[in-house]
Amino acid sequence: MTTSTGDAVRGALTGAIGSERVRDAEEGDTVGGVRPRWVASVATTEQAASAMSAAAEHGLRVVPRGSGSKIDWGAPPEAVDLVLDLSQAGGVLEHAAGDLVLHARAGTPLDEVRRVAADAGQQLSIDQPLPTATVGGVIATGTTGPGRHLYGAVRDLLIGITVVRPDGVVTISGGKVVKNVAGYDLGKLYTGSHGTLGVITEAIFRLHPVAEQHRWISVTLDEPAAAGEAVRVVRSSQAMPTAVELERAGTTGPITVCAQIEGRPGATHQRALELSEVLGSAVGVTGEVLDTAPEWWGEYPFDGDTGLRLGVEPSAVAALLTGAQQAAQRRGVTLRTRGSVGLGLVHAAIPEEVPPATVAELVGELRAAAAEHHGYGVVLRAPRAVLASVDPWGPIPAGVLTLMRRTKDQFDPEHRLSPGRFVGGIR
Amino acid sequence: MQPASTANQTEAETAPTDLEGLIGRFREALAPESVITDPQRLRTYECDGLASYRVVPAVVVLPENADQVGEIVAACAEYGIAFVARGSGTGLSAGALPRSDGVLIVTSRMRRILEVDVANERAVVEPGVINLDVTKAAAPHGYYFAPDPSSQQVCSVGGNVAENSGGAHCLKYGFTSNHVLALEVVTPDGDTVELGGRARDVPGYDLMGAFVGSEGTLGVVTKIVVRLLRAPESVQTLLAGFPSTDEAGGAVSKIIAEGITPAAIEMMDALSIEAAEQAVRCGYPEGAGAVLVVELDGPAPEVEHTFAEVQRHCRDHGAFEVRVAADDAERAMIWKGRKSAFAAVGRISPDYIVQDGVIPRTALPEVLTRISALSAESGVRVANVFHAGDGNLHPLVLFDGSEPGAVERAEEVSGSILDVCLAHGGSITGEHGVGADKVKYMGRMFTEQDLDTMQRVRCAFDPDNRCNPGKVFPTPRLCGEAPGQRRGVHPLTEAGLADQF
Repeated sequence: MTTSTGDAVRGALTGAIGSERVRDAEEGDTVGGVRPRWVASVATTEQAASAMSAAAEHGLRVVPRGSGSKIDWGAPPEAVDLVLDLSQAGGVLEHAAGDLVLHARAGTPLDEVRRVAADAGQQLSIDQPLPTATVGGVIATGTTGPGRHLYGAVRDLLIGITVVRPDGVVTISGGKVVKNVAGYDLGKLYTGSHGTLGVITEAIFRLHPVAEQHRWISVTLDEPAAAGEAVRVVRSSQAMPTAVELERAGTTGPITVCAQIEGRPGATHQRALELSEVLGSAVGVTGEVLDTAPEWWGEYPFDGDTGLRLGVEPSAVAALLTGAQQAAQRRGVTLRTRGSVGLGLVHAAIPEEVPPATVAELVGELRAAAAEHHGYGVVLRAPRAVLASVDPWGPIPAGVLTLMRRTKDQFDPEHRLSPGRFVGGIR
Repeated sequence: MQPASTANQTEAETAPTDLEGLIGRFREALAPESVITDPQRLRTYECDGLASYRVVPAVVVLPENADQVGEIVAACAEYGIAFVARGSGTGLSAGALPRSDGVLIVTSRMRRILEVDVANERAVVEPGVINLDVTKAAAPHGYYFAPDPSSQQVCSVGGNVAENSGGAHCLKYGFTSNHVLALEVVTPDGDTVELGGRARDVPGYDLMGAFVGSEGTLGVVTKIVVRLLRAPESVQTLLAGFPSTDEAGGAVSKIIAEGITPAAIEMMDALSIEAAEQAVRCGYPEGAGAVLVVELDGPAPEVEHTFAEVQRHCRDHGAFEVRVAADDAERAMIWKGRKSAFAAVGRISPDYIVQDGVIPRTALPEVLTRISALSAESGVRVANVFHAGDGNLHPLVLFDGSEPGAVERAEEVSGSILDVCLAHGGSITGEHGVGADKVKYMGRMFTEQDLDTMQRVRCAFDPDNRCNPGKVFPTPRLCGEAPGQRRGVHPLTEAGLADQF
């Protein structure tokens, strides 16, 4: 009985997309510790739609996956029957260089997008530290890097999107022109939705020209207050920084603030020297102009450890760093921080060996420190034991959570897409 | 024929609505002069910037603060009566067109700038605040608010949020959606929520992203936190005269291909130049078949260099005159011709339709040729004004409403232009919105399922379809019962499969 139903499901999936595209899940397919039953690999939007239709018929709970580089982000799903693997659904479908627009399938590695755009002297201004990250995964998690300071986040660069609904219907929003206000901008809703509203299968982005020269202006300081001042000086200058990042390797100790500027050869270097001087005289420490970005630039400070994203209003970065330092010191924990401080965003890493209960307390205090400045703290990824004692998303105000629940209910009425993975226990 | 779940809508249409009761409620909550029911005064609000659509609302209310908006909307919910929010009423798609059986909520008395926070590069404003006033408040600190629709001297920030307004400078700086950090919103059931946040990337669905540009169909904005940008060190503006739009278009392509991102590139053709000249005497180059206005901004050494390149590209592509603005006054003069272009057309034609379509920039020459052909075939004159950098066309379709059949001919040409845009992979609107006017074209750009999916957001916010109904979507989606959790046992559990997991 059991077997025949399992066979029926598998039969439906293979009938939809072919037996070579369906396999039993293995240990490596677990999502946040939850093991699926099957993996379906699709290569196109049409195949994704067929697979989702079959999944709908059999009531399967589905988690979409790209390269899997961030599959352990977010809360563990409450259950998964099928992983829909989009890593084979790659390829740049169109690069309209003259229009600075690029259309790619969701499984396309961002590196491939970068190469294609670079051939025309263009870039997709989404910096992504994880080497295998795909277009779909970056949209689903809404991750950004340093260049976001000037060029905007994923939401600002995404102009069109193709999504397969839980019922298998293919839908689009936006289009291939940058300026477009026809209909709701669902691309923004899907961005950062962690696979809970639909399966992203294609995306259209706006590109930017690559500048001929980049320079980094770096200053190293002892105290959060001085770092905060350095960030303020850079932000309020007219040097037009394209990124303003910060790095602190330990709970205490030196803090590096580094700004990126770009433009044409020669003039950019000169502007960097000028900014360095202004910055140096403001904080009383000589700045440095670098020809290459520092090695930590655009990398997450965490790997197997607990990684957080803390956000505050930009002027509160120093206060946040101070709060974080004190909270970590009280527990004797080494806290590494790094991030896009020009926008008030900081990534923090808590080492893997710290006991989960301590991590939970520290996360609570970091959230409290951020909340004093209109901020929040999200645990992006963490060892399983930590996730057992911490809500990775943190609290969401009741009114807006109701709207989010209602949105999820509308898009996924049967709660089959990544149930439980998102904020507020939305399932 | 109709399924039972339409009950909400049919009820709203057929059941006697207690409008008097609702008005009584308004009078209790608001100052006497804030509730308008006098038919003469109601007429003031019968249309927005698109005057070809007119409906006199049942009642107009003018709240003075967010609490009053909350009370008004909650009362509308209680009485089951539809409402439409309106800012300055400058919209060009009849997005703020009232309902004869509904309430019009006008935000023109909510004009306080609550906060200019330079350290956080943001301002907090009420929805009725005039777009340009945000920049005026920020300017002494060296900052400005980037979205700059041509109507920026009169349009409201709340309206900008509803329409996701752009403007000439959105080529480089983006639209309203790129410049809003947070919104305080009264939802259609009368609750007040904050979408977005003062920190970036707040956890949860980006409902703010869906709200901006939803044309007033998801709720009423009562507070807006906008980003302020640091004023650029240098701004340079030029006006170049070309023999025709072909040469001007060639220059635009070259500039973009060279990796230059101007703050703005605007184009006007001979007919629109003629109109602007008659209206504001902007002194554009005589005999030009097209002019380009190009503006660059940024750090001085970059702008200086790039500006020389732009001038060279213009001359290389046949510009016979390139005029550089020496100061702010000259810059204003150059922009005056462009920004007055729509109204100016009134000088050369008794009536006109302002169209708003988008094409990929590279399709510009082809599309312009097609528009000329449409004009020639129909005998309907078309003046062209556009944001050339991002392919946003504003063809002005000229007609004389007193001639029999002229309106229909003009509308047909105007609609055909949108088909040309769509055939080139473009959009039916770049910045004016769908409103009531373009509802009929939505089905040409999106499938029924696309529109159904968009309306799921609407169902989450406004399941009873009372918030600016009839706009954006050709057919309202039936929201039905709010779906709950799957009832009963999961099918796999039922089959005994779940045990194996």
